[in-house]
Amino acid sequence: MIFNEQHELIRKLASDFAKKELTSEVLDKIEETDVFPEEILNKMGKAGFFGIKIPKELGGAGSDHRGYVVVMEEIARASAVASLYVSSPNSLSGGPLLLSGTEKQLEKYLKPVVTGEKILAFGLTEPGAGSDASGMTTTAVEDGDSYILNGRKTFITMAPFSDYAVIYAKTDMSRGAKGITAFIVDMKSEGVSCGKPEHKMGLIGCATSDIILENVRVPKEDMLGELNQGFTNAMKTLDVGRIGVAAQSIGVAQAALDEAIQYAKDRKQFGRRIADFQGISFMIAEMATKLQAAKHLVYDAAYKKDNNQNATMAASMAKFYASEVCNEICAKAVQIHGGYGYMKEYRVERLYRDCRVFTIYEGTSQVQQMVIAGQLLK
Amino acid sequence: MKILVCVKQVPDTNEVKIDPVKGTLIREGVPSILNPDDANALEAALAIKDNDPNVKVSVLTMGPPQACEMLRECLSMGADDAYLLSDRAFGGADTWSTSNTLAAGIRKIGEVDIIFAGRQAIDGDTAQVGPQTAQRLDIPVVTYVQHVEVIGNKVVVQRQMEDGYELIEVSTPCLLTAVKELNEPRFMSIYNIVDACSKEITIWGHEDIKLSPENCGLKASPTQVFRSFTPPTKGKGEMLNGTAAEMSKNLVSKLKGLHVI
Repeated sequence: MIFNEQHELIRKLASDFAKKELTSEVLDKIEETDVFPEEILNKMGKAGFFGIKIPKELGGAGSDHRGYVVVMEEIARASAVASLYVSSPNSLSGGPLLLSGTEKQLEKYLKPVVTGEKILAFGLTEPGAGSDASGMTTTAVEDGDSYILNGRKTFITMAPFSDYAVIYAKTDMSRGAKGITAFIVDMKSEGVSCGKPEHKMGLIGCATSDIILENVRVPKEDMLGELNQGFTNAMKTLDVGRIGVAAQSIGVAQAALDEAIQYAKDRKQFGRRIADFQGISFMIAEMATKLQAAKHLVYDAAYKKDNNQNATMAASMAKFYASEVCNEICAKAVQIHGGYGYMKEYRVERLYRDCRVFTIYEGTSQVQQMVIAGQLLK
Repeated sequence: MKILVCVKQVPDTNEVKIDPVKGTLIREGVPSILNPDDANALEAALAIKDNDPNVKVSVLTMGPPQACEMLRECLSMGADDAYLLSDRAFGGADTWSTSNTLAAGIRKIGEVDIIFAGRQAIDGDTAQVGPQTAQRLDIPVVTYVQHVEVIGNKVVVQRQMEDGYELIEVSTPCLLTAVKELNEPRFMSIYNIVDACSKEITIWGHEDIKLSPENCGLKASPTQVFRSFTPPTKGKGEMLNGTAAEMSKNLVSKLKGLHVI
């Protein structure tokens, strides 16, 4: 069995939470205002969503990757943007600290992130360094007991309202990926500013912007991990992050399938339900089958992680397949809805926009294929 | 302070359909849930514990082994420990028999200061088990509690009425039955779920609570159900318009027309 009693209870909690808190009124308002209600974030924190697999001694709930996956799936099924708030502390922002943080750093930075008191952003991507993260140009130059950071990070989730950011910067320009170091930067430090929030296609309600660093002084005690070991830290973090995006994908895909089935049963054309036409029913059969396959890839990757098996390829396969299939399922759900699916009043319109980024962020499908092929063709 | 909450696992009646031929509930495939009023009862106990870490909250239920799932949910909301009274001899119990069994279980658990129960269960709607249990334990009971405040060894409660509430001071130990207006039950939390899954649930049969099989379950149930049926739905009402005088005139003529008066 992949899931045990703990995971089933966590799934029930996440599903109850989604039903009660993430109502269509709340979600419409988020879409309209681009603001995610703080009250719901507080409740998520209380429920333990921000530290699902973070050990109890570090303030987390002490569950595991499967626990994380079921929360992501059930929350994303109701709202993709809400699941972004769950994934961030559990993977991209909590991950680097969990991997390389000193006791003092964990106490100071990770604990408040897990309880939801503070928000920490993950700053890796740059305007000229996306899939090729090692091509970054942000620099960190040693100066007494500090480092001076200069550069620009781009598409940073939650940057405008984060308290801290993990910033990856070159400490040795001659060594490529082996010359990158991670730093924890206080967003209130002198020289730190954020760009204008981007106008995104979907995931409305969670601002993304640039982080600009101009002669930012970071004390050496806020260096995360060892000098020039930052790239490994980032890649290991993304390894976990991938499972999160994969879980988001199956949640959104499930929502699209649910909507498509309901609509196909309700909508009548040519004197009968459109579900009674083979063209529609076969689409639904295919959507459900692919979703089921994607779910098992995601659960398998989480299971491997929990059992300390090598999960790199499993996580990439899960992210690659689940995100691609989610896009396919959402597109078909819109197709089944016909003209109505193109209208904002129908839920599938939002699902279609929200899922588009899943094959792009935290490693594009093509990067995942590189990882998978790399593992197979060593 | 020790608080005990009596809970029940019930079919989610929102999902229940009625067998049109037999007139009974179709329970197959219907999810089981923590009875909603009992969730309010548990929340009241947990809220008292939030303010005083010395408070210990236990949950108690009578039911088949699968009731453990619901007890784990209660632990995942924050209860400290859970007791399940489960025995074939307890099966088929009516309220008389259920309260007898629960009271025996509570005596075995030992001293408790406050017992909370839900007003009634959504599958039976009798609202009898709480008060009957109090009577068997010989402690005071207040039903329909919509507000609770613990002051020393006394509890001040508001008892819901149709047109207001009664303010009642009751000394502990006592039993209070909760209505939904009492509070908003909390969600489980992953912190508690992780702990709940490693906790042992105490399971007792009739011998453990010193009840002979004749005094529990169907054998000890004086209630006999002759027939269950769905009441016929009422026809659509008709609204009368006009002044009071016009409407009463109209009403009288309609009632005469139907030979009611």
